[in-house]
Amino acid sequence: MNEYTYPILFGVTIGVLTRLYLLKTDYRQYPTYLHGKIIHIALGFIAAGLGTIAVPAIMEKEFAAITFLALAASQFRDVRNMERNTLNELDQYELVPRGKTYIEGIAIVFEGRNYLVIFASFLSTFAYLVWNIWLGIVAAAIAFIVARKLMSGSRLGDIVEVEYVKPHFKGAGLYVDNIYIMNIGLEARREEILRYGMGFILKPKNFNARSTIANLGQRQAILHDISTALGVYRDSGTPALVPLAKRDLDDGRVGIFILPQEKDVEKAKAIIRNVPTLENAIRMPTKSETNQTGRVLR
Amino acid sequence: MTVEKMILAVITTSPHKVAGGVTFVCENNEEMQRIAANLEAILDGIAHALSDDLLIIVKH
Repeated sequence: MNEYTYPILFGVTIGVLTRLYLLKTDYRQYPTYLHGKIIHIALGFIAAGLGTIAVPAIMEKEFAAITFLALAASQFRDVRNMERNTLNELDQYELVPRGKTYIEGIAIVFEGRNYLVIFASFLSTFAYLVWNIWLGIVAAAIAFIVARKLMSGSRLGDIVEVEYVKPHFKGAGLYVDNIYIMNIGLEARREEILRYGMGFILKPKNFNARSTIANLGQRQAILHDISTALGVYRDSGTPALVPLAKRDLDDGRVGIFILPQEKDVEKAKAIIRNVPTLENAIRMPTKSETNQTGRVLR
Repeated sequence: MTVEKMILAVITTSPHKVAGGVTFVCENNEEMQRIAANLEAILDGIAHALSDDLLIIVKH
């Protein structure tokens, strides 16, 4: 036992608590598994340790110890690789795949969360050592709030309006509103699709949103989330029964066609609004210098 | 080998409209629908209608 024992214990505890807090099992069903959770908690523990130890190391003028943080960065980059590989492998066996953009987004989040843990541990240990435990707790609370803020991205509901439209056929062509989805040749299939299918129109609220929802990865993420939450009426070997999202080229609206097992319009709308806007899909054409002047884009 | 975007079979009641490909000529619309449904399941493809008397099975 020395003067650093309690601050270090405190810092590590705060770090692990932050990781647990960020490790929510949500409707996206990942990580659902106990082992997956244990891996992330263990890594969170290591991250917390690294963040905590950095403070006494500086105070004891052991600057070489700080280089361990560089080691940590490469460790956590591996976390990202691990997530990406696992999810890519599993994606092949999904009835409605997540898509690479969504997977990359999830992988980035898992890496980022470990850095937030380091930050939280560092900050709380620092406050404890410099002042006292109470200010340490205050620092931990601030770190919690910052972590929460940084980890909650925007939702689709912020950038689009969702409207329910019943899908219909013109000849063999399946339409959601005026957006062409696909050609269905068999009459029996058409009946099935009319019975089980649901259509939604996503109307972008501004020009930036128009480009964001045009991204194929973002559209696949919507289809995956809604199929996870409401079930999906399809099986392997029935490629005709596939949820699809197509775009109206004129005004950038996106037509979503889904085949849920649970046909509930309000729930479906709520799920679509709750789909995360993927970091890698977000586009900001209005921020471009050329677009800052002249006619305003809508 | 994975086949992508390829016409696997043609099912029609008007054979004079088709030249080449694996063609199934049917007597009537009912038979055409039945054969197309079977082929769709067997080939893991989608049956698309080009006109009322012409269906194709496409692997996507």
